[in-house]
Amino acid sequence: MLEITQEKLLWMYRTMTTIRQFEERALAEVSARRTFGGSHSSAGQEAGPTGICAHLSPQDYIASTHRGHGHCIAKGVDPKLMMAELFGRATGSNKGKGGSMHIADMSKGMLGANGVVAASVPLAVGAALKAKLRKEDAVAVAFFGDGGSNQGIIHESMNLASIWKLPVIFVCENNQYAESTPAEYSVSVRNVADRAAGYGMPGVIADGMDIFDVYDKAGAAVGRARSGQGPTLLECKTYRYYGHFAGDNPRSYRSEEEEKQWHAKDPIQQFRQRVLAEKVLPTGELDAVDAEVAALMDEAVRFADASPLPGPEGLYEDVYVNYPLEALRRGAGMGA
Amino acid sequence: MREAISQGLREALEQDPRVFIMGEDVGAYGGAYAVTKGFLTRYGPKRVRDAPIAESVIVGSGVGAAMGGLHPVVEIMTINFSLLAMDQIVNHAAKIRYMSGGQVQVPLIIRTVTGGGAGLAATHSQSLEGWYASVPGLKVVFPTTPYDALGLLRTCFKEKNPIIYCEHALLYGVRGQVPDDYYDVPIGQAEVKRPGEHVSLIAYGRAVHIALQAAQELASKGVQAEVVDLRSLRPLDTEALVASVKRTHRAVVIEEAWETGGFGAYIAYLLHRQAFDDLDGPVVHLGGADVPMPYARNLERQAIPDAARVVATVRENFGL
Repeated sequence: MLEITQEKLLWMYRTMTTIRQFEERALAEVSARRTFGGSHSSAGQEAGPTGICAHLSPQDYIASTHRGHGHCIAKGVDPKLMMAELFGRATGSNKGKGGSMHIADMSKGMLGANGVVAASVPLAVGAALKAKLRKEDAVAVAFFGDGGSNQGIIHESMNLASIWKLPVIFVCENNQYAESTPAEYSVSVRNVADRAAGYGMPGVIADGMDIFDVYDKAGAAVGRARSGQGPTLLECKTYRYYGHFAGDNPRSYRSEEEEKQWHAKDPIQQFRQRVLAEKVLPTGELDAVDAEVAALMDEAVRFADASPLPGPEGLYEDVYVNYPLEALRRGAGMGA
Repeated sequence: MREAISQGLREALEQDPRVFIMGEDVGAYGGAYAVTKGFLTRYGPKRVRDAPIAESVIVGSGVGAAMGGLHPVVEIMTINFSLLAMDQIVNHAAKIRYMSGGQVQVPLIIRTVTGGGAGLAATHSQSLEGWYASVPGLKVVFPTTPYDALGLLRTCFKEKNPIIYCEHALLYGVRGQVPDDYYDVPIGQAEVKRPGEHVSLIAYGRAVHIALQAAQELASKGVQAEVVDLRSLRPLDTEALVASVKRTHRAVVIEEAWETGGFGAYIAYLLHRQAFDDLDGPVVHLGGADVPMPYARNLERQAIPDAARVVATVRENFGL
């Protein structure tokens, strides 16, 4: 039997649905050529960010990846501001300076999606170090993928977090492919979580298509971090439904049959089946959420489309907190 | 010099609870160049943190802590090893503020030792500060006297931007007056270290001391050279450089870094662009030899500009 409040269950469903619909809208907008640059869909992976962020409060931090829309939504970033960012508008979460791969919202403890694989992980370690130094009751979650797990910075970060017992949860969302390269080929061990032993921290595997499994295991990891026992490596086995980026055809490196097997474990459908079977939420309520979220997406697209482009003065804004502006302009050969 | 930097760090640790130090051997050992000697006993292991040899996470976690409101000082033992942290410095420390639309500040000081001349060969003798000075989002300072070392460091702690604070391995022993009363040195202000009317010797880092030596030799031949110390590579005090050239009408830019693509070449370009009519001849760029730094003492000396080369350059190019 599920021991989760109805309110939290609804939040989970709303969050996963928002992620799914946001990703599908984002892809549609790329096709319509209203957004541009990179847009990496996390559809299929909704249970991970949702199940983990369900344990976090606003003072907690997360650091994300190039596939970051789901993390942002799960940490409470407003999808309207995200969509406006994808459109490159002044009203975007980052004033149109970051785009899909760099959405950040410090007011939500969202340290940023990040265009360099695994590069945000030390930022989460630093946020956790700050929390520890200041004796704040905050934890930091570092998201990365199976591809990121092979980067050197992961080793440095896990080792440091472990020796300093920092409140970090390292979350590897293993979606089976680093762009086109299978994890089976590129990861030296069967499970990324197996590597935790090398850092003296628990390595835990969760079914990343089942939010309740993620929720349980993330709860233990967050609890461990909050109580000063140090970091955990949590691996969520999951799958991305679409290509690596909007224009990528995944069939060039994975089979239809494999895709079908993962789709059969769809996290949103699994959630519905479970809560309906256990009669903790009625169908009507879930359907109402679907409709609400669809309306929210329409609104987000309308908002983004109606928003102004950043003004030309924005080019030189926010490079520094303080700097002689003339010197920056000269850099572009404009003032010399 | 060492004591001035140490004093600046101690003041910050004592006055500002947001400040902490993190790096390799900074604690029990007192720093590879003994700048943080005694700090661990005095300030404790929370604020003086010995880190594993892991430059990337040292810088990266410094960025994360700075984003959270602390003011970390990370020590990268030498600028050569900053290459291991290049992604965190260039892609993240420098860009997060801009890319987030100004949501965040990254008040981070990266102290690092730069330059050659200590017989450590090519992987330990580079002068990469000019690379960092080309990156928007970073500030780069390079003191050459104890006065500037303390004054600039005090300003760094008031800053809310990521800063590369360069120390030259061979300048730790430089002596000089440091006032008891508080003062600071603004970032982005060059200083005329020796006035002169015939030629401007524009330099940063240890090259400033070479230029001063050259100026002394030139003076004995009746040539008055003006030595301008950049002190900050970014922001660059172009006005002061132009003003000096307007006085002297000739300039040599001296640096230890490679000439190809060197920061000095950019200064030469700026002077041509902004003071062309005041120049009696082209600005000369005198950098290090375009080779990986050799180990043998004689070859290493050959690779780094010295006073004799500066004097010869002035005489050959300007007929002085």
